[in-house]
Amino acid sequence: MDTMQQVSVEIKGVQNALLVTFGEGDWLSAEASLLQRVDAQNAFFKGGRLVVDVAQRKLKAADMGKFRDLLSERGVSLWGVLTTSVTTRETARRLGLATQLPGSKPVRRLSERRSTTPQEQEEALLIRKTLRSGMKIEHSGHVTVIGDVNPGAEIVAGGDVVVWGRLRGSVSAGVETNPNAIVCAMEMEPTHLRIADTIANVPARRRGEKRGPEMASIYKNEVIFRFWKK
Amino acid sequence: MAAKVITVTSGKGGVGKTTNVANIAAGLALGGSKVVCIDGDIGLRNLDVVLGLENRIVYDLVDVIEGRCRLRQAMIKDKRIADLYLIPAAQTRDKTAVSPSDMVRLCDQLRLEFDWIVIDCPAGIERGFRNALAPADMVLVVTNPEISAVRDADRIIGLVEAEEKGPALLILNRVNMEMVKRGDMLTPDDVVDLLAIELIGIIPEDEQVLVGSNQGVPVVFDQKSRAGQAFRNVCARLNGENVPFMELEARPALFGRLGKLFRGAAN
Repeated sequence: MDTMQQVSVEIKGVQNALLVTFGEGDWLSAEASLLQRVDAQNAFFKGGRLVVDVAQRKLKAADMGKFRDLLSERGVSLWGVLTTSVTTRETARRLGLATQLPGSKPVRRLSERRSTTPQEQEEALLIRKTLRSGMKIEHSGHVTVIGDVNPGAEIVAGGDVVVWGRLRGSVSAGVETNPNAIVCAMEMEPTHLRIADTIANVPARRRGEKRGPEMASIYKNEVIFRFWKK
Repeated sequence: MAAKVITVTSGKGGVGKTTNVANIAAGLALGGSKVVCIDGDIGLRNLDVVLGLENRIVYDLVDVIEGRCRLRQAMIKDKRIADLYLIPAAQTRDKTAVSPSDMVRLCDQLRLEFDWIVIDCPAGIERGFRNALAPADMVLVVTNPEISAVRDADRIIGLVEAEEKGPALLILNRVNMEMVKRGDMLTPDDVVDLLAIELIGIIPEDEQVLVGSNQGVPVVFDQKSRAGQAFRNVCARLNGENVPFMELEARPALFGRLGKLFRGAAN
């Protein structure tokens, strides 16, 4: 504890959670300062949901998992983590934590942009792993997955979605505003597929049927599937 | 000695976690290792019943953690095998009585004395799951060849990866070869294809498993049972031996061919 510096901790109520923001200092010091505060006012914190704004601090899964466990031992649940760091946001998502304040709509920011062409200025997100049931990827640009998207996994993208593997989960591309968005997959068997406002009528396919790469896009107000190679 | 901590989990309930824990723990002990199993299902304990040690419980996991007894006092020694112990769960408390760091501390104490620590994880993905996962060195995911169980297993595997405890190993439990042949059951191939993790055991459906659980005698003791043999194979694989999958539980790639052989032998 000698090397720990005291970090200022600010707490305010938002919606039905407590939003924690920190002053200057590294993560371990910030964590220690917050836990001190929780211990001192346990009656206030107990049973509460915390949303912690860690700003630019980079947290690995082990750090965040430990933090969540330390809080849960004190009867406080970690509900979400706000951050400007891509690494930290990814960690929070993997641990199933929210990355925005409760009640705020993730797609609202997308609609503000109102572009009809694929957002070329947007960063694309590359995911190099299999998305398993319960995982959700939300991104305002394009999303590329190298791996499978399993049933129960969800992708919400402002631009295109490309899956270098089997797509069996649900996917929304060009969310709200971009009817030119496409969805590509090596094996197209989504449980749910949507481009902009149009929901695809996904034919029920036989298990294990190999159809090969396909691309979904909107044609005459309907989502159609086309084979990559005839 | 530095024990390896195995957590057995599934997400969905009723797929055979507890039976797997009892059989793997007993099987490892039969192989000469020192094994302790911990029932992580606080409030709904039943590993003690499956191991036939129910009436010998005096202290439990929560007593140890809350300091009402010494660790030794809560460890129940198996009557059949010298080096098998059980730390039972409390029945009158719930998951919040234990925290993930309590489990890590407890396992660190046990590590010095044992070769294997096998933790029975409760169903679900909440506190009890995190308690059981926190000390794990290795995670076994049990699933049945059934779509809902596989979906939950997929979720669990994702959570295990997120906690950096992966890659998990897969046990496919209750495979009914007759149904697979008729096309009424997912094949091991289908399951492995979706979950994309390494398979460490395929346990055939076997009435003796249920009989054993009810009598408190894990089926791994039964030399004639195919399920017992499958569990002994899992234990051998955990010990690093390269045991081929039984005819019935042939590797997915060879599945069709060996399945045919087995059918031929049966006729």
